[in-house]
Amino acid sequence: MAAWDVLVAGGGNAALCAAIAARRAGCSVLVLEKAPKFYRGGNTRHTRNMRCAHDAATGTLTGPYTGDEFMQDLLRVTSGNTDEALSRMMIDKSYEMLDWIQQQGVRFQPSLGGTLSLGRTNSFFLGGGRSMLNALYRTAEGLGVEIRYESELTDVEIEGASFRTATVQSPSGETRIEARTLVAASGGFQADIDWLKQGWGERAENFLIRGTPYNKGSLTRALIDKGVRQIGDATQCHAVAIDARAPKFDGGIITRLDCVVFGIVVNKRAERFYDEGEDIWPKRYAIWGRLVADQPDQIAWILFDAPNLEKFMPSLYPPVEAGSIAELADKLSLDPAQLCETVETFNASVVGGRPFNHVEPDGNRTEGLEIDKTNWAQRIETPPFYAYPVRPGITFTYLGVRVDDRARMVMQDGRPAENMFAAGEIMAGNVLGQGYAAGIGMTIGAVFGRLAGEGAAAHVA
Amino acid sequence: MSHSTPALTEADRLMTVCNSCRYCEGLCAVFPAMELKRSFSDGDLNHLANLCHNCGACYHDCQFTPPHEFAVNVPGTLAQVRTESYAHYAWPKAARPLFARHGTALAIGMTLITALFILGFVALNEPGALLTAHLDDTRFYAMMPHEAMIALFGAAFLWMLLAVFMGARAFWRDAGTPQVGATDHAQATRDAAQLRYLDGGGMGCFNEDEQPTDRRRLWHHFTFYGFLLCFAATSLATVYHYVFGWHAPYAWHSGPALLGIAGGIGLVIGPIGLLSAKRSRMQELGASGFRGMEVGFILRLRVTGGSGLALRVLGETPLLGPLLALHLGAVLTFFLSMPYGKFVHGLYRYLALSRHARDMRRHHGSI
Repeated sequence: MAAWDVLVAGGGNAALCAAIAARRAGCSVLVLEKAPKFYRGGNTRHTRNMRCAHDAATGTLTGPYTGDEFMQDLLRVTSGNTDEALSRMMIDKSYEMLDWIQQQGVRFQPSLGGTLSLGRTNSFFLGGGRSMLNALYRTAEGLGVEIRYESELTDVEIEGASFRTATVQSPSGETRIEARTLVAASGGFQADIDWLKQGWGERAENFLIRGTPYNKGSLTRALIDKGVRQIGDATQCHAVAIDARAPKFDGGIITRLDCVVFGIVVNKRAERFYDEGEDIWPKRYAIWGRLVADQPDQIAWILFDAPNLEKFMPSLYPPVEAGSIAELADKLSLDPAQLCETVETFNASVVGGRPFNHVEPDGNRTEGLEIDKTNWAQRIETPPFYAYPVRPGITFTYLGVRVDDRARMVMQDGRPAENMFAAGEIMAGNVLGQGYAAGIGMTIGAVFGRLAGEGAAAHVA
Repeated sequence: MSHSTPALTEADRLMTVCNSCRYCEGLCAVFPAMELKRSFSDGDLNHLANLCHNCGACYHDCQFTPPHEFAVNVPGTLAQVRTESYAHYAWPKAARPLFARHGTALAIGMTLITALFILGFVALNEPGALLTAHLDDTRFYAMMPHEAMIALFGAAFLWMLLAVFMGARAFWRDAGTPQVGATDHAQATRDAAQLRYLDGGGMGCFNEDEQPTDRRRLWHHFTFYGFLLCFAATSLATVYHYVFGWHAPYAWHSGPALLGIAGGIGLVIGPIGLLSAKRSRMQELGASGFRGMEVGFILRLRVTGGSGLALRVLGETPLLGPLLALHLGAVLTFFLSMPYGKFVHGLYRYLALSRHARDMRRHHGSI
């Protein structure tokens, strides 16, 4: 007889939703979190909202966001690279998630200052992701879920399509834990740079990881090695351009930069490399990480001039400032002649003429450049000039395990696993073949977490 | 921007971090106020610090608190800035060191003043009057005539008003002098009366750990409303005396006595709760170097309320004289020390709330 009904690997949103759902159904539940208590919850501690469908405005959401619209958004950001049936199921279940998650103690608030564009679609956590996480932990512990920190699930014993025991590393050594069901909710592997290199090559050395250093995907690897079907490849992830001065790990939200639309972006050769006016933030927010990853040394600089300095959300580090473009180039160790030429050519190609409006595509464009800026093009001419250095910041990876519509893992041969479930980033690749829409990671975590917990409880019963 | 103290410099650093995150925006007034600015003067930071009620929610909600390398501790840093701001704005300047050595100054002052009252009672009356006043028809006025009390306490009270006013004016001017309207004062009064921001954004406050189980709001209500009731008792007694010609002592069921008893009970219960909460509080959340001031203020309220209650209960015994000396000593010390201790927190917080109400009305149309 196994000691635990449900063993949950991970300690974030998905893991806690699974643990709470299973515990509420009467199961004994053990949660193993690899991180120490302060860093518990992986990326959940850095999140701020969750995207759920709803038919009408609420106290904190400004208008309806139907499942159909949600599905359209998902198809667009992934370019159709998603398991449509699974995504549709998730979106349908996201309706009731708004209530369910609040019943677990999570509180919402209207969208934060500077994020008005998400006020209709995304529910913001009062106090942010760590507050949300603390609420889930309080609820879970109050229900009698046992939580162990600094406990990493490193290996699994699987017979056929059935989980038997788990190998756990903790400060007290290696132990084996038996359980009747396993919920894998241990996040992505973005903190394992070597694994990232399998997809990205040496470029990954220059990536910054936006979350904790604990997400190394040891369980993901063990599951795939032991016969669970893999989904996605090692290059797919949520990657944005963040301040290059950010710490290697856990810089979180405050190192992001929202100012691409206000100027131009140049690479190490002091040349532009992509249309900075393609679409508004946040819809195109998530493409710049990959764009910078493709530049030499994986670094780029966002350049703009004085009138734009306070038009976007402030960030942690001050911009580099200079009285002229040449001086700015000097400070950035770029070729001054080339940077001056890039800026002059850009300025000379600005057609403009319409009122500048950064909230929607305003039609102010350049003409005649090899790479035109198709909106918000304005001459960079008023000193002082500013620059932010940016590098790819990896939020989480998409390579993971295949699941079915009950959050059960799928084995290599296509059979569903008997007693193994997955939720959150470890299976996000089922929904996100590529691309990203703000808040959807938390939707994946909560909806599949709850499904996994309920599924595990049903298996035990 | 450069700042005059390490605490202000740290507060400036934190506001830059917080302004690029904003996750705590819904928790209280501090973060929406912060979002209105991108750089912060000493006056701005002192305003934000006095807006903070130290509920502790943002410390537990923040993903960057220690041991994270960004080391964000907003409530602890703002507590330090806030406490130092009381001293910074105090008038006259020579009195500023009283904040850091408040406990000692208070103990010495209170002992001295009480001793002086006893000496005065003995010197100006027949020997032995100290222990027989309860037999005299005029009770405590047998030891100190009403006019003398009015003169002494009136003078102390006026000095207190002047010093508190000068400090508050300096605090107000340092962050700019906006036009604050009646609606802003109404809003600030409501927010202060309910301690609206001492509730962690609706979840409750934090004290000894990460559980929102703190009761400081309740204890503060006991203390604050106890204080107001005592003030009302004295005011009503003044009306009785001068308007109606009804002279003390008043029966226990009279207006002034009932108000005083209720207030005295509040001033005993509230401070016990506040002191016990302070003892168990996470150290990270508080200021360092001002414990004497914090504890002194609470204890002084208790001694004032307690001695007043004792006077009521034991007023028919030989203890009347000594208790009167203690109570008058406590009240006089209280008046004299008000501008140089924790008392000003209420006024500065009210001013910060009214400025905040005006700022929010101007920028967002509502609060």
